[in-house]
Amino acid sequence: MAQDDANVIDQPEVMKPRMVTIEIAGKKVEVPEGITVVKAMWYAGIDVVRGVGCLGGFCGACATYYRTKDDPKVRTCLACQMAVQDGMSFTMMPPFPARKATYEIQKLKDPKQDLFNLYPEAPLCRNCNACTEACPQKIDVREGVWKAVFGDFKSVSEMFMDCVMCGMCTPVCIADIAPNLVALYVSRAQGAHFSEKPVGLDTRIKEIQDGRFNDEWNKILKMNEKELAEHCATVK
Amino acid sequence: MDIHALQQIVHKTRDARRKQTIPKFSPADRDQLIHKYHPDFRASAYRPIKFGPNEGDKTVVELATLLEGDSSIQDNADLTPHYTCDVLVVGGGGAGCAAALHAHGAGAKTILATKLRLGDSNSVMAQGGMQISVAPEDSPVTHFIDTLKGGHMQNDHTLLKVMVEDGPSIAKWLLELGVLFDRQADGNLHVKKGGGSSKPRLLTCSDYTGLEIMRVLKDEVINQKIQLLEFAAAVELLSDDEGNCTGAIFKDLDNQRHVVVAAKSVILATGGIGRLHIQGFPTSNHYGATGDGLCLAYRMGAKLDHIDTFQYHPSGAVYPEQLIGALVTEGIRSEGGHLVNAKGERFVNELDTRDVVSSSIIRECEEGRGIRTMSGRVGVWLDTPLLDAEHGPGTVEKHFPAMMMQFERFGIDISKDPVLIYPTLHYQNGGVKIDTNSETNVKNLFVAGEASGGLHGRNRLMGNSLLDLMVFGKRSGLTAAGRAKSMMQGKLTVKHVQRFRAEAKKHGNPSGVISPMILPAYTRKVG
Repeated sequence: MAQDDANVIDQPEVMKPRMVTIEIAGKKVEVPEGITVVKAMWYAGIDVVRGVGCLGGFCGACATYYRTKDDPKVRTCLACQMAVQDGMSFTMMPPFPARKATYEIQKLKDPKQDLFNLYPEAPLCRNCNACTEACPQKIDVREGVWKAVFGDFKSVSEMFMDCVMCGMCTPVCIADIAPNLVALYVSRAQGAHFSEKPVGLDTRIKEIQDGRFNDEWNKILKMNEKELAEHCATVK
Repeated sequence: MDIHALQQIVHKTRDARRKQTIPKFSPADRDQLIHKYHPDFRASAYRPIKFGPNEGDKTVVELATLLEGDSSIQDNADLTPHYTCDVLVVGGGGAGCAAALHAHGAGAKTILATKLRLGDSNSVMAQGGMQISVAPEDSPVTHFIDTLKGGHMQNDHTLLKVMVEDGPSIAKWLLELGVLFDRQADGNLHVKKGGGSSKPRLLTCSDYTGLEIMRVLKDEVINQKIQLLEFAAAVELLSDDEGNCTGAIFKDLDNQRHVVVAAKSVILATGGIGRLHIQGFPTSNHYGATGDGLCLAYRMGAKLDHIDTFQYHPSGAVYPEQLIGALVTEGIRSEGGHLVNAKGERFVNELDTRDVVSSSIIRECEEGRGIRTMSGRVGVWLDTPLLDAEHGPGTVEKHFPAMMMQFERFGIDISKDPVLIYPTLHYQNGGVKIDTNSETNVKNLFVAGEASGGLHGRNRLMGNSLLDLMVFGKRSGLTAAGRAKSMMQGKLTVKHVQRFRAEAKKHGNPSGVISPMILPAYTRKVG
């Protein structure tokens, strides 16, 4: 393979990663610096079933607490998206028994008022901001809870589009609010009740029902392979 | 050299490249390119399947071995059911949730079993969007034609027609459940252009389309109180004396015990095969994408379709090491991001189909115009800062918040620096052959979503997967539920396993491999 030797990324820190000592759930292990927390667990010989999902930072399965060397502050991360560094200690968050309200989203009569029936704890936020600090997606969770309570569902739905439902905002809440679940309800209500109905979509559904495309379908589905290929080539 | 030094050529050539238009390949050139560089045409990676419904058909070695694999269930296993239901859905991604919701909605007693948690899937990662022809200048027929072209004319026409025609009503269903699709100023659904499509047709929720849909569907599954079996991995199906499907056996991953579920119908929505790392490729897929449904259905006698073709998504991250294989959404190219080689040149129309774009990236790298990384990988640049240059500062951050955050975690600002990419194993184009109700040739065995085959031909178009999941999840769920009312629960046997074993014995099963794989073996053997 011809290759111009100039086009090589050969930064020393990635050529030969140094080994670092980290602590996984209280156990000290040596792993290469910079690998993700999940990979560090595999490297250390730990089988992971609970705690790994999409491995892409979207599913929230790998919610993890960690602390860096000599820092008292316990932080949160998604284990598949966090690189390990020397002296770091971490442990995965077990499933947390947060209460999820159940509802028939389409049948809600007054979703903004219903919030207080479904999640009566929502207005009890004491503004400690721990939820915001705990969010690995950097959502201003506390602000979101207040906006939900004040009925600004649109803002909440926009703020929580990044939410991976890891639930790390929940165990830290001193008012026993599950902010991610509140936001999920609010976002769904926003979509189902307070968003404009797209007129064009209904038109298209009706067109299909009324057979507006039938002639075109008949033409295409009768074509032989060659005719179809030629027809396809005309669609740019 | 330092990565920043190598990136300079991308910055330097940006303005000149913006004036260029790169024509798409002619059909002949495109075929030649794919045959030469696409991994689907690497003959040494393939072998014929020795026995079973697809005997003699070629597929990749990794999959052939699993398809021929033995069951972990013994002939004399205790098959007393722990649970009984009308419809058993296996898999908790998009297709599984859609199937369960529709089956439940139609009055069937439904169980959803999944080997990880509800929602842990590839669906949740889908960033690009969902193709539905809602725009006035678009039509289901045009959607059909685009998909057919993308699939090299090999798509099953009846499946494809059903998908494109069901699309708009699926969008309506999702909106009613509260999915927040992006809108135009007039309230209509906003559509984006995707690779291989002649019209803008992608419905999006910024770059979180799959996540948003899955948040809502998961919530709805819980609201509807559908019975869930999480951390339950399907290890075998059950059949009656006629060979019809009657349930499944699961392994509870928390305690390793078997759980037997009797069902009038089973819907496999088990997804794809990325974690088999075919041909050594990294993958964009989730932890559980090990092709379990294919093995289960195959042992039962279900025929597979197009299982020799896989999709290598053009833009998997190559740098930093932590993100290897992770997807850099096609949306970046939809909005005009260039692919640039080490010489600062564009080399393909970035919005050509995925197989063409991937093949051309592989060509650049094999011909020495790639950028090599420390771990021996190679890639080309995706010019992400171009989007800010083209559409104004803040574009990347506003349109691709998920991407921004993913790279930011490793100290990379993709709105300022281009990213290094190479094709990553992304999707199984084929799968278990189904009809328009999503049923296989085995009665009462349905397959929905990525595990099924035929719909996408030999190359799936961007944005068609999310729609596939919803359409065939719905169809399987409704058909299975409708049937449940007028039928009795069949006998529970593993006679199909005995038949499969007898056949394996005739051909010799030297590998001794047990399938399905359930989870990839990433844990390092220490000591």
